Amino acid sequence: MSNSTVMDSKTAWGGNNVSPYGASYGKLMMWFFLISDALTFTGFLSAYGFYRHYYSSIWPSAENVFTHFPFMHGNHPLLYVALMTFILIMSSVTMVLAVEAGHRMDKKGVTLWLGLTLIGGAIFLGSQAWEWYHFIHGTELGAIELGKGYFTLPDGTIESTKGIIARWTDESRQMLLLPWKDGADYITVTGTQMNEFVTNGKEIHGANLTHNEYGHPLFGDFFFFITGFHGTHVFSGVVINFIVFVNVIMGTYQKRGHYEMVEKVGLYWHFVDLVWVFVFTFFYLI
Amino acid sequence: MEHSHDHHTPEPYKYAVHHSEEEGKKARRVIWNMFWVLLAITTVEVTLGLIWKNIGISWGAVKMTFIVLTIAKAYYIVAYYMHLKHEVKALKNTIIVPFVLFALYLLYHVITEGVYSEMMEKWLY
Repeated sequence: MSNSTVMDSKTAWGGNNVSPYGASYGKLMMWFFLISDALTFTGFLSAYGFYRHYYSSIWPSAENVFTHFPFMHGNHPLLYVALMTFILIMSSVTMVLAVEAGHRMDKKGVTLWLGLTLIGGAIFLGSQAWEWYHFIHGTELGAIELGKGYFTLPDGTIESTKGIIARWTDESRQMLLLPWKDGADYITVTGTQMNEFVTNGKEIHGANLTHNEYGHPLFGDFFFFITGFHGTHVFSGVVINFIVFVNVIMGTYQKRGHYEMVEKVGLYWHFVDLVWVFVFTFFYLI
Repeated sequence: MEHSHDHHTPEPYKYAVHHSEEEGKKARRVIWNMFWVLLAITTVEVTLGLIWKNIGISWGAVKMTFIVLTIAKAYYIVAYYMHLKHEVKALKNTIIVPFVLFALYLLYHVITEGVYSEMMEKWLY
């Protein structure tokens, strides 16, 4: 890993005995592609940050939304996404070990580590599908999306109820929690007013692009777009890794005399992990 | 170009990286050390996310800690796993500078426009 800058100036890309980058054309282009891709994700996360703070008082907290864990009952915030993060970091380690094995022309090593990377990627995709399933289906209890109407706040101001997501306090469905912009806490509603809200409102379960049981619909939109765009990257990463894996087994790179292709797909795979590091922080932690 | 492109006896590929068994051992040690660093940072993040309400630190401080830890994690992945630390200076700059500039530009807009929208909201309604 230490001598990638050593090269023969006669074959340097760009000719004239000068190559400012000390890298092959393919590797350089992979880096340039990753930069443009990183800018796309930065745009996504910036937009998310903007709306998350713009609607900060009625924005759902991810730890109240993603609380499931397979084969376990009850509330387990952060645990599942922490596991997903661990799986992706682990697959990054196996990928870099595959690259290292390639530097020693160790075909068996590359096969083993790249194979494990494929498995890690597949498990991550499965986990993401599982999480989407739970987010889309929502809870049994559901929530009430309030219809047209007005509500007087404790400080006397009158607010429109249209589109506000009211959540039940518990299974008995005797009390609704209403979030208000600029309001410090939730406001509880019971009795006839609650019944009125329920009649005029709409019961919703889970989330899609226009409704979100957990709070502001934009939360759902950003969730689907950001994790979906990242998931698409993971998926194409797994496909590309698989093609390279087949080539490794067939001995293509052994014959070629170097495993630079593994290095190039490795760059892409680490980038996918890198993006998840940021998604994990900005979507799930903050 | 002086040398001809003879397809039957191709020139050896000069950019390919090879290293010995001995160097490989060293490289693997770095890889696993970095794995423990990444795992430790993630564990701290998750633990902090779960307990910060019970240990009396402000949300602002927790948020800043998350961001610093995330940037640290990103640095280790890019520097060691993506090997950028050991590339030549020109390549490093070509990758890092445009991205950081654009990210800061977006950050500037998120902050200024965010504050502006909030002000407008208060003035208008």
